[in-house]
Amino acid sequence: MSLVARHLEENGLSTVIIGSARDIVEECGVARFIFTDFPLGNPCGKPWDVAMQRSIVGMALDLLERAWMPRMTIQTQFCWDNDEWREGFMRVDESNREALARAGEERRQMQADMKKGL
Amino acid sequence: MYQLRAYRSFVSYMDRSREYYAASGYTRPYEWPHYDAVPFTPLKKPLAQCRVGLVTTAGKPKPPEAGVTLLTSRELYAEPANPPPQRLFTDDLSWDKQSTHTDDVDSFLPVNRLREYAAEGRIGSASARFYGVTTDYSQSRTLERYAPQILEWCREDGLDAVLLSAL
Repeated sequence: MSLVARHLEENGLSTVIIGSARDIVEECGVARFIFTDFPLGNPCGKPWDVAMQRSIVGMALDLLERAWMPRMTIQTQFCWDNDEWREGFMRVDESNREALARAGEERRQMQADMKKGL
Repeated sequence: MYQLRAYRSFVSYMDRSREYYAASGYTRPYEWPHYDAVPFTPLKKPLAQCRVGLVTTAGKPKPPEAGVTLLTSRELYAEPANPPPQRLFTDDLSWDKQSTHTDDVDSFLPVNRLREYAAEGRIGSASARFYGVTTDYSQSRTLERYAPQILEWCREDGLDAVLLSAL
């Protein structure tokens, strides 16, 4: 998504990214970025929370107007209900290490079979 | 709430996904794009006169009989923003399915919120279409095919500014 935003900026369109994967967006480098520190899935506000969504989109519009140079990140003030998601997402530990290795092997085998037209 | 923490709070998805795929047996880590220089286009006219569009990484709603396959096609699309979509297809994307859901489209593609801002005059108008570009492992496909097509659609729709939201 950041690559698309950069292409639009290079061609004369103003853009804002709204996202929750801060490191990926900032590593790529974009003109304007609204960062909400939520689990991946709802960067524009919690589901059914119209006031929060309205606030986040409003910040994106403000940033469109007011940014004077690239790489401007605004972190919204919203917090998720708890912090458990931070450790849970794509977690690797002793409880799932073997299952992950096995699933990866099965996936590679399936892709190899598809390539061979099996 | 004041707390002391020894580590940064926000999740590094570069770190997390690298470790996850390494544990899944992938020997070469994914390499994310990095640029030193960043292009920047200031708004050329007041926001209240601008037409604003939306881009999402979510896919078009799939018919129920299509099922969910591991390797779904990566389809680029432009769809009418009015009437707003009730659902978009996100099952094949990487997001935190344990912590939340994507049943409310405006939580990741603010098509109704943008229309409200247009009705109030905060922006000139909301684009008649929104665009979908699914995240792709291949950066060259994104750069050479997807980004130019999104630009072309933006020009067809007369957009001045674009909000892009990744799940």
